[in-house]
Amino acid sequence: MASDTIALGIADPDARPIGERLHDWVVTVDHKKLGILYILYSLFMLVIGGVEATIMRIQLIVPHNHFVSPQVFNRMFTMHGTTMIFFVAMPILFGFGTYLIPLMIGTRDMAFPRLNAFSFWMTAFGGLLLYFSFIGGNGLYGAGNAPDVGWFAYAPLTSRAFSPGHSTDFWTLALLVSGIGSIGTAVNFITTILCMRCPGMTLGKMPLLAWLNLVTGGLVILAVSPLTAAQIMLSIDRYLGGHFFDTQAGGAAVLWMHFFWIFGHPEVYVLIIPCFAFASEIIPVFSRKPIFGYPVMVGATVAIGFISMSVWAHHMFTVGMSSYGNAFFTATTMVIAVPTGIKIFNWIGTMWGGKIQFRAPMLFCIAFLFQFLIAGLTGIMLGASPFNWQLSNSYFVVAHFHYVIVGGILFTVFGAFYYWFPKMSGRMYNDALAKWHFWLFLIGFHLTFDFMHIPGMLGMPRRIYTYEPGRGWDIWNLIITIGVFFQIAGVLVFVGNLLWSLLKGEPAGNDPWDAWTLEWSTTSPPPDYNFAKIPVVESRRPLWDIKHPEDPDWKYE
Amino acid sequence: MKPSEQTRSLGRSIAGIAVLLAGFLLAATLCFGSSPNASQIPSIFKPQSTPADSIFRLSLLVLTITGLIFLIVFSLLAYTVTKYRRRDGDDGREPPQVYGSNQVELAWTVIPVLIVLVLFLATARVIHSIQDAPKPPGTIEVIAIGHQFWWEFRYPALGVVTANELHVPVSDSSNPSPTFITLLSADTDHSFWVPRLAGKTDLIPNRENHTWIDPHETGLYLGQCAQYCGTQHAKMLLRVYVDSREQFDRWVQNEKKPAVVSDEVGEGRRIFETTACLNCHAVSGTVADGHFGPDLTHLMSRTTIASGAAPNTPEQLKMWIQNPDSIKPGSLMPAMKLDEKDLDALTAYLVTLR
Amino acid sequence: MSSATLARSSNESAWALPSRGRVGMFSLIAAESAVFTIFVVAHIYYIGKSLSGPTPKDLLELPIFSTVCLLSSSLTIHLAVRALRKAKVGVFGLWWFLTMALGAIFLVATGREWQHLIYEKGFTISTNLFGTTYYSLVGLHAFHVTVGLLAIALAMIFTLLGKVKPEHSERLDVFSLYWHFVDVVWVIVFTVVYVIGR
Ligand code: HEA
Ligand code: HEA
Ligand code: HEC
Ligand code: CUA
Ligand SMILES: [Cu+2]
Repeated sequence: MASDTIALGIADPDARPIGERLHDWVVTVDHKKLGILYILYSLFMLVIGGVEATIMRIQLIVPHNHFVSPQVFNRMFTMHGTTMIFFVAMPILFGFGTYLIPLMIGTRDMAFPRLNAFSFWMTAFGGLLLYFSFIGGNGLYGAGNAPDVGWFAYAPLTSRAFSPGHSTDFWTLALLVSGIGSIGTAVNFITTILCMRCPGMTLGKMPLLAWLNLVTGGLVILAVSPLTAAQIMLSIDRYLGGHFFDTQAGGAAVLWMHFFWIFGHPEVYVLIIPCFAFASEIIPVFSRKPIFGYPVMVGATVAIGFISMSVWAHHMFTVGMSSYGNAFFTATTMVIAVPTGIKIFNWIGTMWGGKIQFRAPMLFCIAFLFQFLIAGLTGIMLGASPFNWQLSNSYFVVAHFHYVIVGGILFTVFGAFYYWFPKMSGRMYNDALAKWHFWLFLIGFHLTFDFMHIPGMLGMPRRIYTYEPGRGWDIWNLIITIGVFFQIAGVLVFVGNLLWSLLKGEPAGNDPWDAWTLEWSTTSPPPDYNFAKIPVVESRRPLWDIKHPEDPDWKYE
Repeated sequence: MKPSEQTRSLGRSIAGIAVLLAGFLLAATLCFGSSPNASQIPSIFKPQSTPADSIFRLSLLVLTITGLIFLIVFSLLAYTVTKYRRRDGDDGREPPQVYGSNQVELAWTVIPVLIVLVLFLATARVIHSIQDAPKPPGTIEVIAIGHQFWWEFRYPALGVVTANELHVPVSDSSNPSPTFITLLSADTDHSFWVPRLAGKTDLIPNRENHTWIDPHETGLYLGQCAQYCGTQHAKMLLRVYVDSREQFDRWVQNEKKPAVVSDEVGEGRRIFETTACLNCHAVSGTVADGHFGPDLTHLMSRTTIASGAAPNTPEQLKMWIQNPDSIKPGSLMPAMKLDEKDLDALTAYLVTLR
Repeated sequence: MSSATLARSSNESAWALPSRGRVGMFSLIAAESAVFTIFVVAHIYYIGKSLSGPTPKDLLELPIFSTVCLLSSSLTIHLAVRALRKAKVGVFGLWWFLTMALGAIFLVATGREWQHLIYEKGFTISTNLFGTTYYSLVGLHAFHVTVGLLAIALAMIFTLLGKVKPEHSERLDVFSLYWHFVDVVWVIVFTVVYVIGR
């Protein structure tokens, strides 16, 4: 059967030469292959970003450490932040979206398959550009190497005067290029979801994953475009001698902040909403109940999308806004808690009265619920602007966002990985290794990021390559760094499990979880054309209807 | 694994993690409690000035509310996860399929809305009380200018210019003498943060920002630059000395005077004024009038050099002048490459700048 | 495979979804609007903030003629697509050519304005803040006109080769959305740069 060709190339029975098979992957426009390419690319970048994080943590393990120089440390956090956000989190989520959306809405490919390939390669090329700065960043002045301006690259640090050499050029070009890729992906998501659904799948009957990716697509379009515009301006400044962010010629540093965070805040929801989507697919299946309050979940997501466009300046509480500005952005920031809370409560409602199976995907999702709760509450603390004047730019912020990003995004992504791995590869993962991965990573995560809140409240700013002893920060930094090694162990187990299962895993069958959405109705891995016959659906859980003809869903929706 | 075993091992693991975390916490508090200079910890929970104090009170409210939310939702989650796990001998039938409930949805929409309202009102009050505070008559005005990677402090009304160590008088409630600080930047963004006195405010080129403090107790308060500003952002430390009124006046009197230059160190002075030093440093009363680096008129009245990176001793001064990178790699002062004799003479001159 | 029997009855006939081209184009336009918004905001923010001259008043004249050309090209492209839909390929070619010509006139006019500013007035992108925002905003728009013109020229070549058929009217219609968008943006740029900015 043709289905085997997408089994990551490894289960491929036909003995075509390896070069030819690789060539297939490079020129492919198939959404499943592109999705897998996205995911593998991001996993690779995750390890790189993780190594950078480890270097930082080793440097900070004791005060006045000399593991790396300040210059190297500054490059590390810039590269770590940029890599993790733009070349790990975004592409991995796009990868799952690209793989899953056509399958879940019952169609054969994305709306624009070639645009899809173009977007992926733009993203990949962006990452290459960023890392090329290690080689090409020195430039004329022999200054610089990798960029060292921080991931939000505040002006005027990025101007030629303060960043000679080419490192910042590579940074801005990398984001420009990958931004174009992201916009392409978003256009594709939106068009696919609106125009390619299988018969019967009205908007109200789409799986939540499709809905949430639709909202994400909209957010990407409205958020990444401003970033692209700002990067164009920065390039004009750096290459053509413009003055957009040149404070010596009257330019305003604060303008860059606004432009960046008009992107930056919606961006964090671009990252978390697809993770909400994973949770919304996984939790019902392992609780054996439909999602609680489907229309409310959709509404809450749309509300989050809208509100998130108006809260950006909560990253700028310390730049000296008027008291009205501060109050306004405090209000909008806190209002976000309401729809987000609704989502949390609905997931609890879904589990309530169910029969919860603690399989690996579900474990990750439950951990996500606990951790996201805490992360959201620290977000509220940061949103109270006076409290923010103390916490901003301290390790408390670092703790807050790693709690959401690692505790929220990474955990659900791992969950999603285990959940759809059988579909993508046709094989079951090793359950024992998955549990090891979970517990190691959970322990590491909590050691690192729970204790990170404390030095922040004791006055430790972020982005410092070293610190003074005797300020009460030493012990916390030690614990934080120890936690990282548990995380590394966890990730290593994960990668090992991945490889082992690809080669030796048991065949998974079409529907190992007894699940309800369309991707489980086709073979694992799905054939090139996904469905032999385009399905027709009548409810949100088409496979439930088949499995329970006596009590189908469409009676209740 | 059978479901029951599954949950039991789940429970065991959770217990294990809890013990582990508690152990770390205990170890940490032990080390932390025996820390020699606990008074030097720039904790936001030990406020000594009105703005920091109002923030502290607000933070208690916010922490209480979020803490309660955490407890409730956490317990709800934990209860759900344990109560509704699949049990031993499960009959394999699907549980009742529930699709939602409007009443419940309404409840968990309205309650958070109310909480948010409370939080917002409390916050708005504090914003107003700090940001729109009136200036009482006895106010001291200071201009703080951020440089890569040091602080310049000017007291225009008192005619004082100094660096890195800010002196302010203590402010008692009967006779308040708060300090209002205008924040400017000479190059990139910085942020002025002394946690026990006030929240941080950025120093941004082309922009004038303000903050104020009114410390209630004398003593030394530590802080540091809190906005990434380049290579040595980490060592752009801040020291605020809160003096009694008399101490402060004495300090001002001394700082106002031009440098006292004795003939004994004429050689050092000559070196200072013929090497590049005077391009970047000012010593009032002499020809040295540079402004790229800190004012050195009363260098020895400071306890640290290079914005807190090293104690202000003759040895450290020598090391600094010979090679600033040995103390603060990446600082903008070049290594001066003097021979041993000149260096000694120069240092001898510098230590007379009291 | 059981996927065929997922529903009680098939109501495929009633199943209609929006056209891919239109949705895709509208998404793209939304993204482009966001890009332009940022540039417009930057321009407005910096009005009157230049530390040194020259000011917009010293340099800019209202480009009325080219504006009229560009705006009328929106009408001609509409007429072209309508003609094609009615299978009048010849009429289509005429209108299409007119669209191209009007767009080209606009571009030439912008080019001459720039030439005048750069070579005669010595006013460049690095002169002052006004220079930076003016050249970037007008340039970004001109770039979009150029891209549109290239696409129009391509379609023109196909028309001359006789390859354009009435069934292509849907695609050209989607493209014309882009062209209308470029026109609308010009109205905003015109207002901001030449009216408010002066
Ligand atoms: C996926 C990423 C993600 C997500 C989802 C969030 C979610 C939130 N974030 Fe976070 N944030 C980041 C990623 C994210 N953040 C990053 C990366 C940064 C730093 C960037 C940098 O500086 O480098 C940052 C920084 C940041 C700041 C600026 C800090 C500073 O630099 O000074 C603030 C301030 O307001 C903030 C607030 C919030 C809030 C209020 C939410 C809310 O969405 C949270 C809402 C959720 C809940 C509140 C919990 C559930 C709700 C209930 C149980 C209902 C009941 C609750 C109440 C009524 C309160 N975040
Ligand atoms: C998706 C986003 C994401 C993710 C997943 C992470 C993951 C991690 N982050 Fe990061 N982080 C950011 C986004 C992210 N971070 C951002 C945006 C910033 C701000 C940057 C800035 O200020 O500009 C930041 C900043 C930041 C800082 C602050 C730097 C500073 O301000 O000075 C620190 C410090 O501890 C840190 C640590 C970590 C750690 C320990 C992890 C761990 O969870 C990583 C765990 C993963 C691994 C360790 C990979 C596994 C590796 C292997 C299997 C290979 C073997 C490894 C070795 C041999 C070392 N991060
Ligand atoms: C190119 C400019 C430049 C020159 C030349 C220069 N300095 Fe400096 N100097 C600086 C800067 C900038 C700092 C602040 C560095 C920091 O803290 O990051 C500094 C700091 C100092 C300090 C510490 C001051 C304090 O209060 O922290 C001393 C002392 C000093 N310089 C002495 C000298 C002497 C002596 C010479 C000449 C032999 C000299 N400098 C030449 C720029 C210069
Ligand atoms: Cu100055 Cu950081
Ligand atoms: Cu935000």
